[in-house]
Amino acid sequence: MNGATGVDVARAGLVNGSGTVLVTGASGLLGRAVAGDLAAAGWDVRAFQRRPSGVVGATDALGSLTDPDAVAAAVAGVDAVVHLAAKVSLAGEPADFERVNVDGTARLLEAAGAAGAARFVHVSSPSVAHAGTSIVGDGTGPADPTHARGEYARTKALGELLALAADDPAMRVVVVRPHLVWGPGDTQLVERIVERARAGRLPLLGHGQALIDSTYVDNAASAIVAALDRAPAVHGNAYVVTNGEPRTVAELLAGICRAAGVRPPAWSVPPSVARFAGGLVERAWAVRPGADEPPMTRFLAEQLSTAHWFDQRRTQHDLQWVPAVTLDEGLDRLAASYRTGAGPTVA
Amino acid sequence: MSAVATRPAASRLPAAASVPAPAQRPPALDGLDPAWSRLVTAPDAHGTPRTWHLLDNADLLAARDGNGGAARGTILAVHGNPTWSYLWRRLLAPAAEAGWRVVAVDQLDMGFSERTGTLRTLPERVRDLGLLTDALSAEHAPHRLTGPVVTLGHDWGGVVSLGWAVDHPDLLAGVLLLNTAVHQPEDAAVPAPLRLALASGVLGRATVTTPGFLETTLALGHPSLPRAVKDAYRAPYRTAERRGGVGAFVADIPLAPDHPSAAELDRVAEGVRALTVPSLVQWGPLDPVFRDRYLADLVDRLPGAQVHRHEGAGHLLAEDVDYVAPILAWLDAFGLGDAEGAASPTATATAASARPAGEQPVRPPLWHHLDERVDDPTPALVEMAPRGSTHAAGGPRIVSWRLLSRRVRELAAGLVAFGVRPGDRVSLLVPPGADLTAVLYACLRVGAVVVVADAGLGVRGLTRAVRGTQPRFVVGEVPGLTAARALGWPGRRISTHQLAPAAARALGVDACLADLVELGAAVDLTDTFDGTSAPGSGVIPSPAPDDVAAILFTSGSTGPAKGVVYTHDALAAVRDALAQQYDVGPDTGLVAGFAPFALLGPALGARSVTPDMDVTAPRTLTARAVAAAAARVDATVVFLSPAALANAVATADDLTGSELAVLARVRTFLSAGAPVAPALLAAAQDLMPNASAHTPYGMTEGLLMTDASLGEIATAQPDGPGGVLVGAPVADVAVRISALDGTGAATGAPADERGVTGEVVVSAPHLKTHYDRLWLTDRAAVRETPSDSATAGGRAPGGAGRWHRTGDVGHLDADGRLWIEGRLAHVLTTAAGPVTPVGPEQRVEALDTVARAAAVGVGPRGTQQLVLVVEPAVRTRRVRLAEPVLARTVRAAVGLPVAAVLVVPRLPTDIRHNSKVDRSALAAWAEGILAGGRMTRP
Repeated sequence: MNGATGVDVARAGLVNGSGTVLVTGASGLLGRAVAGDLAAAGWDVRAFQRRPSGVVGATDALGSLTDPDAVAAAVAGVDAVVHLAAKVSLAGEPADFERVNVDGTARLLEAAGAAGAARFVHVSSPSVAHAGTSIVGDGTGPADPTHARGEYARTKALGELLALAADDPAMRVVVVRPHLVWGPGDTQLVERIVERARAGRLPLLGHGQALIDSTYVDNAASAIVAALDRAPAVHGNAYVVTNGEPRTVAELLAGICRAAGVRPPAWSVPPSVARFAGGLVERAWAVRPGADEPPMTRFLAEQLSTAHWFDQRRTQHDLQWVPAVTLDEGLDRLAASYRTGAGPTVA
Repeated sequence: MSAVATRPAASRLPAAASVPAPAQRPPALDGLDPAWSRLVTAPDAHGTPRTWHLLDNADLLAARDGNGGAARGTILAVHGNPTWSYLWRRLLAPAAEAGWRVVAVDQLDMGFSERTGTLRTLPERVRDLGLLTDALSAEHAPHRLTGPVVTLGHDWGGVVSLGWAVDHPDLLAGVLLLNTAVHQPEDAAVPAPLRLALASGVLGRATVTTPGFLETTLALGHPSLPRAVKDAYRAPYRTAERRGGVGAFVADIPLAPDHPSAAELDRVAEGVRALTVPSLVQWGPLDPVFRDRYLADLVDRLPGAQVHRHEGAGHLLAEDVDYVAPILAWLDAFGLGDAEGAASPTATATAASARPAGEQPVRPPLWHHLDERVDDPTPALVEMAPRGSTHAAGGPRIVSWRLLSRRVRELAAGLVAFGVRPGDRVSLLVPPGADLTAVLYACLRVGAVVVVADAGLGVRGLTRAVRGTQPRFVVGEVPGLTAARALGWPGRRISTHQLAPAAARALGVDACLADLVELGAAVDLTDTFDGTSAPGSGVIPSPAPDDVAAILFTSGSTGPAKGVVYTHDALAAVRDALAQQYDVGPDTGLVAGFAPFALLGPALGARSVTPDMDVTAPRTLTARAVAAAAARVDATVVFLSPAALANAVATADDLTGSELAVLARVRTFLSAGAPVAPALLAAAQDLMPNASAHTPYGMTEGLLMTDASLGEIATAQPDGPGGVLVGAPVADVAVRISALDGTGAATGAPADERGVTGEVVVSAPHLKTHYDRLWLTDRAAVRETPSDSATAGGRAPGGAGRWHRTGDVGHLDADGRLWIEGRLAHVLTTAAGPVTPVGPEQRVEALDTVARAAAVGVGPRGTQQLVLVVEPAVRTRRVRLAEPVLARTVRAAVGLPVAAVLVVPRLPTDIRHNSKVDRSALAAWAEGILAGGRMTRP
């Protein structure tokens, strides 16, 4: 693990892998991996979320970001914070997103600072900087709440701006934006794809020819740990994190489906139709809230029909990190998890 | 003013042109720093104090760290009509950075300088400017003007600046020009826009009363000028009172010899011929007024000038392209403003244009076999399917050495009698054949410069080539002459064949080759060509070895074709390299199916035969046609292009036993012009079982650089990044590699280290000497090579001293053989470093399921993703993503991260070569699709 310099250590008040770190959102796919990596690296890990994290070696502090007392209790005595908790959804009430992703983040930042945390890694999303057009090898642009598409991206952009504004000699803040995290045990991306494919409800948009980059969960976790280590040197910056292996949407979906033992999507919808349908569905969901999530939104249609891949040179250089698990290895591990029956179940 | 009334054109200007007004400072304008503006008062040509507005970077220069503001010299910039010093705004800061003072004046009555109320003529303007610089010379530092001075002028400011240059030889260190003219060529019409502006009743309205002339000029930007920039140009000319100078300038154009300014223009035009300082002319060919013929006139007056034609730029060159960097590079290249340069500008110029004496091997001239074989009745040229009406009777046309020699001499004498002088450019729009050969050698003999453009350029490319070179003569067949007429190509026209008088008139043809032969036949050829040259003897002197012999245009893989300039010595060196490498000499029977080498047949002394084929479509050549041609001259050497070769191999089954026997006598076989697949070469070898099969590597700039035999190619094992083996350098050729850096740029010092990938850099006596009127391209082609130090930008003649960056990337293997990995422009730059395309393509093409492949990069340079585009072995009709199995095998074959594999029905290729994939276009296409765009065909 890459250590900080002596001066940084003195200023940041802690040595990597020694001290207490709070991980919010540790019950999610990525949160669990991060908490596990930190514990393995010798940190005392405190996991903060609404239900038990199940992370071996971590102490649970149950609660919600919307609860000031729970937050204050969670940060008491911590040396560092890794903030993953967020409301992640493709649809929902704007106020719900704001309560967690903006207000919750502000509350946590303030409490962490007051509690004397020296480092803060804020986990964000590349969607905070993009407005629905294709991303072809772009770097990490500034978060832009006014142009972000959808409530999730808008509120995450606001949260990221708050986090970067809180960067301070007393508490070094780094933002990490993993793109499309997936892996064994993933109830979000992978299981949604697999379930829809199994039900024959997963179309390709167009030919599925847009290149998208994604992040195998272990790589996203190691990048976050690296950001925590490198905070004294790289604070105040945001970094998009990916596997650095763009694939066409069709190939990525097919790879995930093959790993799960289901047939890859074989039918296609023109992207313009999908965007139009997504708009209709969004409006229908607004007046007739039914299931948790609509089957298609304009945001999703754009995500699946335009390129999304990034320039990873600055990220890898600054964080002194490289993804350890290739896309193909990741797919092999996913397939293995399905074969052993340890694949995700819909929560 | 009474004096004004006597001037015919000026009298046509409205009264508004005579309203005086003081000089002023410009308002805030786009790109203009108010700190650059100064008002300076100096007496004018009549002793009246006048106030000038000028842009001056003296304060910027003084504020520079370091040398206390001492300028290396001053660039005196003079705008034309109807612009003002704003034209030069982009020069001031970079020039200061480079240590150069810039004084950019607004001429009196123009820009923000004083409105004098007089209508100034050229002699007045030239004197005005001199008196201004006198006043500047009397100022205190940092504003005092000191030498050396380099003048810079555009449009009619070019004339004024040259007038100043002619009058200040003691201060003058160099001359910079942008689209301008000092002389109206006698044989050229006055440009239509000017005729219109000068027409009675139009002048005043067009220039003064309305802003028409101004707006027309501002509309000449390529691309269009931004609004803010147009507004800035308009700023000093908002009202008719402010535009008097615009009208006066147009009225002052001396189109008739009795015009008051005609004598001054002639004085300047002649004075320019006496200038000895270096000069750089940058030119926008799309200028509707200053057409290329004015450039030709300037070059004629300034023979040492460096010239760069900015393809795609027009009259407002200073807005269309970066004209500043070339100026600064030129100042450095010629050492202007450096201590010794400043002390002796003349010496600098001499060093730049002089030819080093001696030390070159003496090569026999290209026509020496023609001189030696004047009485030889044996065949020199055979055309199996001659073109043209006089030989259409059927059967081959056979030209003996005796006939060819006499025809060449008659034509040469006829050309001289017709008015062709040494150095005149003669454009040859003649398809390969005996006519082309004869007129080519005739031109070479009399020292005319032949301009040869490949028909593959198409009409647009040919037009660009012919306009750009400004030939004084065009020789063509009817189709070429028709194009010349229709497209307004320059030059006096000579037809290959006798035309009916009406047709000749219609095509503007002055003579045909038969007329020239007749003219030439009237002189004593022996005396004219074999006599010892003495002044007044009537002997036509031979050109010197380093005189320019030819300008060749071939269809480039990217961008407009460049004119490649060869001297007589360099062309003779091409001949010698061919002779040595392939053992071609006197009495070798040569099948010449590759035009560039075919033309050298007589120079080699070979008996050459052109097979029956459409020379513009090499794919029409059959195996039987090759055999028939070979039989006719008892050929032992066969030269073909790859496309011709492919068809010859494809039609091999038609060959009879006796034809096979003819081909079995071939000793050497060569496929030239583009890389050829080993399988094709091997198939050709089967046709000619006793021949040694070769494929050379070269380019228009150097026709024969390396050579590989089929044996070598067949047994070669690709090492490292892979590539196409093109063999070891041929005699007298040096190959070096300029290593790629992480960004894919060839920044390494050229070296012969093995296994390093980089740009291929070559040196040979038979290399081109430079590009025609592309000074910047010349410099790029010799960047950081040993010849780079030559101040003439690589023009220094002489064998080993001349280098060329090929634009190809490759590496040398352990045996010193060159492998080509693609074009420099096609190198991908991934986050892990540069990737060359040919190696991955070859590994994928080795798969049974793939016919052809192209490796391209998508995304921003430095973080590009590798994408393979494949043409499958089994024909497909639609564009799609590769199915999983194919994608997996392609990835495994490539061995590098591949983001996507695309399947297409057909990879786009250069039709003429039938082998070169346009990877740049393909990359743009792939990027569009992989960004989510439509699945169109490439």
